[in-house]
Order: sequence, then structure tokens, then C-alpha cells
Amino acid sequence: MSERAAQAPVPDTVTPGGQFARTSAEVAREHDASEPDTAPPQRRRRRGKDGAWPFVFLAPLMLGIVVFYFWPIVATVLNSFSTFGPFGGRTFAGLENYAKLFQDSFIPRAILNTAIYTGIVLLGIPIAVGIASLLTQKGLRFSRFYQILFFLPAVSMPVAVALVWRMIFNKEFGIINYALSLVGIEGPYWVTAPGWSLLAVSIVGLWSSLPLAVIILSAGLQGIPPELYEAAQLDGAGPARQFRSVTVPLLTPSIFFLTIITAINGFQLFDLLFAMMGQANPAMADTQSLVYLFYAEAFRQNDQGYASVIALLILLIIGLITLLQFRMQRRWVHYE
Amino acid sequence: MAGGPTAGEPGSAHRRRDGGARDGRTGGGRTRTGGGRTRTGGGRTRPRYGTHAVLLIGGLLMVFPFLWQINMSLSTHAEVTSVPPTWLPAEPQWGNYPAVFEQIPFLNQFLNTAAVTVLRVVGQLILCAMAGYAFARMEFRGKNVLFALVLSILMVPYQIYLIPQYGIIQELGWLNTVAGIAAPGIFSAFGTFLMRQHFMGMPRSLEEAARLDGASPWQTFWRIMFPLSGPALSAVAILTALASWNDLMWPLIVATYDDRTTLAVGLSTMQGQFTSNYPVMMAASFMAMLPLMILFIVLQRRVVEGLAHSGMKG
Repeated sequence: MSERAAQAPVPDTVTPGGQFARTSAEVAREHDASEPDTAPPQRRRRRGKDGAWPFVFLAPLMLGIVVFYFWPIVATVLNSFSTFGPFGGRTFAGLENYAKLFQDSFIPRAILNTAIYTGIVLLGIPIAVGIASLLTQKGLRFSRFYQILFFLPAVSMPVAVALVWRMIFNKEFGIINYALSLVGIEGPYWVTAPGWSLLAVSIVGLWSSLPLAVIILSAGLQGIPPELYEAAQLDGAGPARQFRSVTVPLLTPSIFFLTIITAINGFQLFDLLFAMMGQANPAMADTQSLVYLFYAEAFRQNDQGYASVIALLILLIIGLITLLQFRMQRRWVHYE
Repeated sequence: MAGGPTAGEPGSAHRRRDGGARDGRTGGGRTRTGGGRTRTGGGRTRPRYGTHAVLLIGGLLMVFPFLWQINMSLSTHAEVTSVPPTWLPAEPQWGNYPAVFEQIPFLNQFLNTAAVTVLRVVGQLILCAMAGYAFARMEFRGKNVLFALVLSILMVPYQIYLIPQYGIIQELGWLNTVAGIAAPGIFSAFGTFLMRQHFMGMPRSLEEAARLDGASPWQTFWRIMFPLSGPALSAVAILTALASWNDLMWPLIVATYDDRTTLAVGLSTMQGQFTSNYPVMMAASFMAMLPLMILFIVLQRRVVEGLAHSGMKG
């Protein structure tokens, strides 16, 4: 017992006045079971039976969390009210950066681009439902092999993948335009023409987000009780009817969850765009996403105040999307 | 491969829901017995050619970019830019692969990426497991508030953190260093959440036995609870490795020198210099993806499980 007490760090010296700070007498008492319990039981439970151990286990993580996450949230809010000089040094700018947001014509365009991208990527969910229901068939042969084929994009570096797709979408020698030429269509400048470039990036986004969708939906499909299919079958429902009346309704929680994370990920579009478009692309102004705009303002233009406002805008939009989806959830999501 | 005893079973829409579901999805039919056998009505035995045709064609479409990438990486520049496209190079240009190392600091970038990934994975496993254990099993004042605060990090897009994080790394003098690229990603709210969920589900009897034997919480954690956390630790490790290896934005801003940065940054910024040599660019991008592809193929089931967890991040 005394050995155990000795191993516990002395809390007073670790966090004076903090939530874990207690007298060493208290710690010693808790580690000595023979000592009569004088503190009221509720108080003891509140302060914890674990002494200073929670502090020992949590301190390393919390140090990093405070420095790299909690403080930056505060700093970004402060930055959004500041102007930064070209050689450092900040001055209070009031709402100047916020006013700039409303005058910046790139912002609505970037929101629209990001929304279009997200919308196209969301089209992958019905495809993923189909793939997942095929892949999770009971006793399917070669399912490991099919999984490798379908899931490989999920582990692939977006930047590396983007370089390949850039070649596939090449105007002169890309294989897509070659395929189009076979049916008599002259393919566009996929990567450098405004409009087309967003479509190209979105197609790649759909392709790369499909594996995660299939994985999440497969997990959902495997949660559907087999008895329901048996019951449906006894009622005379064929495979198509079973899919419509059993699979789809019971899959709606997974689909709902997937639309939220797909929408959130969609609004984070950066890697694919950055690597596919490359530097000095004439179509960038018409294709850039909100996160790209943030990057450009913060680290190209070095306007950290304005970039902080854009970051807060992204937070707001993602919050609104999540809220909206949760409100609409009641209409179409079935929970067992 | 998969299938085995249940191949050709009637009723394609029949599915399992028991605890072995994850194994069943990825692996063979080892755990499958019962089930369809009990049903009698309406089943025709048919070998599902349609399913296989759809999955094979769809799957090949999914991997086509990778096959095409390999094809291009072994071609000459003239073959890559030819119309109509060259399907197989006349003679495989293996020299494109060594050329990558001569033309860009690929080896440096590869080692940087590997070092950052290892630092983040090891750091997260230790820190998140410890913190997750405290949140799951220990009593202290303000626990729920603190845990909610940590989770709130997950709701906030990373752009909010980026500029101040950059400022901190700059203050520390860690720009263009492996430590600087790795630092913020070592501390993970999501990893902590996953580990907490895992520890919540473990039986308390183990710890009680250890306590009766006089083990301190520190000893109980490291000798008993941590070693029993294989699946949760592997999920955290795999998700961290994927995120770290493939990350672009953070290394792009903290490591600007070609030989000090990661593969993702190296690839994304070398495009300009490489318009004249597509095959080498394809060889470089293929080699950059290869380690994770191998990891996935070798640890397929674990990776799929890990990815299924990543969904919870939303």
C-alpha cells in the first residue's frame, strides 16, 4: 500500500489550485484502506477515487490539445478582427475582414463550386448502395478480391491519384477524350476550361469517395436481421420488392449518416483540386473551393485576418449543413 | 477464397447480422453455418453470374486509373502522348523508376513521409490510449465537460486551427522539419474517442483482479489493458497512417523545401517541371501510393474495419 502511494505523483506540485490538486494527506488516506473514511461519500466520489492518476494519463494529450486545438480556435477568432502587416505585427481591424467577405465576388463562386462538387459526389451514394448490396451477398465468392478492387481508391494518396486523372482527362492524348472521339464527340479541355474542370474534379471526387460509402453501407446492410427477409419472402416478396421494402428503409440510418459525412468531406475539397488543377491554371478562379480560397488568402496572399474569416465561414456552412440534415432526418430516416 | 460451403446458396438478399458480420464480409465462409439452410421456400440455386459480371466490371472501372498509371509509368513519353493511346508499351521502360530518384528528391521525401507517419502513429497510440482509458475508467471532477470539449474538436473544420498552428510551429523553429510536420497530428481527439469507446466495453473484472494484486493504475494499464486493445489500437494506427501519409495541406504550408517535405507535397508541386516527362511522374506517383496499397492488401480486414470507424468522425 505504501509503495502504491509513493508511486502516485504529488498532486500539489503538479497543478496548484487545479482540479486535481489535493493535499498529500488526502492522497495518502485514499491509498490507505485501513484509515477510517471521514469525508462524506458524495464528496469522495466527486473528487474521485483515482487520486492524481487521471492527471497523469490525460496531461500529455491535453497539453497538445490545448496548444494545437483549443488555443488556435481562440486565436483564429481574434485574428479575424485583425490586420497583419507584411512583416508581422497586427492591428485591430474591427469588422473590416468581415466586410471584405461580403464584397469578395470569389466567395459566392467558391461556395457554389463547393456545393456543386458536393452534390455530384453525393450522387455516388445510390451507386454505393448497389455495390454494397452485391458485395455483402451471403456466400459470395471472390469477395476479398472484389473488395480490393473497390476499396483501393480509399487508401490512395489523393495527390498521386489526381496526377493520374489529369493524364486521363488530358485534352490531346487523354483516354476519355479518345473514347469520346470514337463516338464522334470532340472532348473539351477538361482540366483548363472553366466548368469542365469542376466536373472533372467532381468525377474524381465521386470515384475516390465511393469506397468509404460502400464500407459504411456494407456495415449497415449486415445489421439488417435476416428474419425480415424471410418474413418478406413468406409474404411473397421477390428480390426487387425485398430490396425496396426491407433493405432501403432499414438502410436509411446508414445512408443518412453517409450523406452527412460526404457533405462535410465535400466541403473540405482541397487536395484533389490543388493537385489536378496545378499551378497557374486559367480555370482556377472559376473552379476554386472555399478551402482553396482559404489556403490562397492565408499562405499565398498572407492575409491571415481575412483567411480566418473564411475559415469561420466554412465552420458556419458545415454547421448549417449538419443542422439541416438532422432536421430533415425525421422525414425519411427509419430507426428500428 | 471466400464462399466455400455456402456457395450457390439460394436467396441472394439473405444477410447475416451476428457479431461475425465483419469477418464474413471480408473473409471466407468459415463462420457461416445455419442461416439459409433453414429456409425452404422460393429458393432457386443459381450461380449468380450477373452479380459477378457487375462486380468485376465495376471493380475494374475502379482500379482502371491505377492500371493505366502503371502502363504509363512503363511507357516512353512519346507513347504516353500518342493518339490513339498506347495500351501496352512496346518495350517496358523500367528505367523510369530509377529516373525518379535522379530527378527529384524522392528518397528524402519518402523518408520524411515515413518518419512523420511513424511519429504520429506511435504518438497517437500512446497518448490516445492513455487519455481514452482515463475518460473510460477514472473518476475526476469535470470529466464529462473535458471529454465534451475534446470531442468538440471533431466538429470544427481544420482550417480554423491551421493558421495558429502554423504560427506555433514557426515560433518553435520547426518549419521544414519532420517534428513540425508531425506535431499537431500526434494529438487526436478522434483517436481518444475510439480508445475510450473500446475501454468502456472491456470487463472491469480484469482491473479489479490487478488492483487486488496491488498493481497501480499505471501498471494495470500498461501490463493488462493496453496489450488487450489490439483491434482498437490497429484501427487508430491505420486511420492515422492513412491520414498522415496522404496529407497535403499541412506539410504544404510548414515544409516548403523540396527535400524537407513529404511525398504528397513533392508530387503536387513537381507537375510544372514534369510536363516534359510524364512517365517519370507516373512512376513517382505510383511509388508514393505503393506502401499503403501493400498495407491494405496485406491487412485487408483490419484496414476495412479501420475505415468503417473513420465514418464516425462526422
